[in-house]
Amino acid sequence: MPSPIVETRDFSFSFGREPVLCHVSFTVQEGEVVSIVGPNGAGKSTLLKCLDRILPGGTGSISLKGRPLHDYSQKELAALISYVPQADARALPFTVMEFVLMARYPHLSPFTSVKPADHAAAREALVVTGTEGFADRFLGTLSGGERQKVFIAAAIAQGAEVLLLDEPTTFLDPRHQDDIHRTLRRINAESGATIISVTHDINTAALFSGRVLALKAGAVAFCGPAAEIMDNSVLERIFGKRFIFAAHPVSGRRLVVPEEVV
Amino acid sequence: MKQNRKRILALVVLLAAAVVVMAVAPFVGLVKMPLSAAVSRSAEGSGFFIFWHMRVPRVIVAMLAGAALAASGMVFQAMFRNPLATPFTLGVASGASLGAAMYLRLGGAMSAWLAASLGLPGTPGISIAAFIGALASILLVYGLAQARRGFSGTTMLLAGVAVSFLFSSVILLMHYIGDIHSSYRLLRWIMGGLQAYGYDQVLRIAPFAIGGSAIVLCLTRELNLLTTGEDLATSRGVDVRRVKRTLFFATSLMVGGVVAVCGPIGFIGMMAPHICRLLIGADHRYLTPATMLFGAMFLTLCDLLARTLIAPAEIPVGVITALLGGPFFLWLLLRRAADIHTA
Repeated sequence: MPSPIVETRDFSFSFGREPVLCHVSFTVQEGEVVSIVGPNGAGKSTLLKCLDRILPGGTGSISLKGRPLHDYSQKELAALISYVPQADARALPFTVMEFVLMARYPHLSPFTSVKPADHAAAREALVVTGTEGFADRFLGTLSGGERQKVFIAAAIAQGAEVLLLDEPTTFLDPRHQDDIHRTLRRINAESGATIISVTHDINTAALFSGRVLALKAGAVAFCGPAAEIMDNSVLERIFGKRFIFAAHPVSGRRLVVPEEVV
Repeated sequence: MKQNRKRILALVVLLAAAVVVMAVAPFVGLVKMPLSAAVSRSAEGSGFFIFWHMRVPRVIVAMLAGAALAASGMVFQAMFRNPLATPFTLGVASGASLGAAMYLRLGGAMSAWLAASLGLPGTPGISIAAFIGALASILLVYGLAQARRGFSGTTMLLAGVAVSFLFSSVILLMHYIGDIHSSYRLLRWIMGGLQAYGYDQVLRIAPFAIGGSAIVLCLTRELNLLTTGEDLATSRGVDVRRVKRTLFFATSLMVGGVVAVCGPIGFIGMMAPHICRLLIGADHRYLTPATMLFGAMFLTLCDLLARTLIAPAEIPVGVITALLGGPFFLWLLLRRAADIHTA
């Protein structure tokens, strides 16, 4: 029997006087895969950062496993929820293994050194994401796709039950996009991790996730099963434009094509 | 694993080099110092006194100051993810200088007020004044940079430069309105110097340098995670606000403590961490002790040059570090520009 793991109630957040999220309420069950979609500037990334308290504050409530977010220490939070940021071009001066081991931080006490268990967790995360081949390479030498897999490996090594991903496949080629979706689905199936992922691609959201949350101007515009977002009355409300649809040749699921492409 | 062994080896080599420098430096100088001067009180009159009361304390001050300045630079570079962030470019050293200069100018009155308000009688007022100046400027620069949305390293450095100019002009003003004697004293102090007579300076600098360094050594994991960005560090479980507050405090202690005793000595905070990163990598668990050892050694050697190059006169050590540091800064700047173009 799944129980709610992330719950926001009437949550609003603003940068200074500029409101970004307005009265957002939604619930994610344990083990769900949820995509967050919406136009640029709708507050998707902000919502993700609020869920991990990277952006503290806001009004209303967010709770994790029934306990208010502000009750957790940062380390307790990190043991429960991990975050993969949007790709940025900055080269980090660490090797893949060092970077993934650093993610064990919430499990280390201040003056003990890294234990064999931490090495094992890091090693396993590299295997799960298929990155064990470049454990000793520097992050700066990886391609965008490899780098993204390593960031996911680090999030897994962190040992959290909830994975937050901010546009994990946006700048990747189709093969790497596919790789990452497979990896995430496998993690979800095998360890029961809950996955909440921000994406720009409506098709990805519909095919990859069980449920979709759509934001528009900081408010929830749609929240429901992924198949139901493939409808012009819904999409027009979110994006302010009409789309046309095609059936997936294998699964028969609905795919969306922007109108002017045709 | 293999990499870690290499790093430990590099640390051992650095440590050995620092020990050698520390052991040899007191013997070099204007007055030739036979080995016997270190042990024999009777040998050739003043040798023993010069060795133990001038050379040794001076080398200890140089080592402590070098280690503290280098460590502060390393912390700023990690915390702000910017290779050009140092106590100088961020205006922290000018803040400390202004604090110390105000103390030199106002002296006793300020000392009594500081001792009373902080409840720390016996602590040298000039060090506390410099610490407060350093802390104030770092909070000012950080506040200024954060007030603008889209906080960036460039904004931070610009704010640092602005604060630096502001404080420097206040010091200039103090020169202008001061009498010639106090102005000279201020100027001589600003040039930076490590002259020590007996162990007073050692005792004044040690609590600040060692205290600050100890705090930094306890936060090496957090520094690693801060290097990956504040968002990611937070998501990994680092209490970023608290860690930053602690690091602001530690760096202000170090910069304030050093500036109060030696004047603002530039460029070590920038050079030492960069050179050590090339030697040992960016993992702060190794980089921190390496940077401290290197900084200690480097400043001791610069001071050696300062007191021997035109002996019997002395060049202020700040001039030597700046002469070496200026070109290094430019090299770093150009190298970064090249990196950006090829990336």
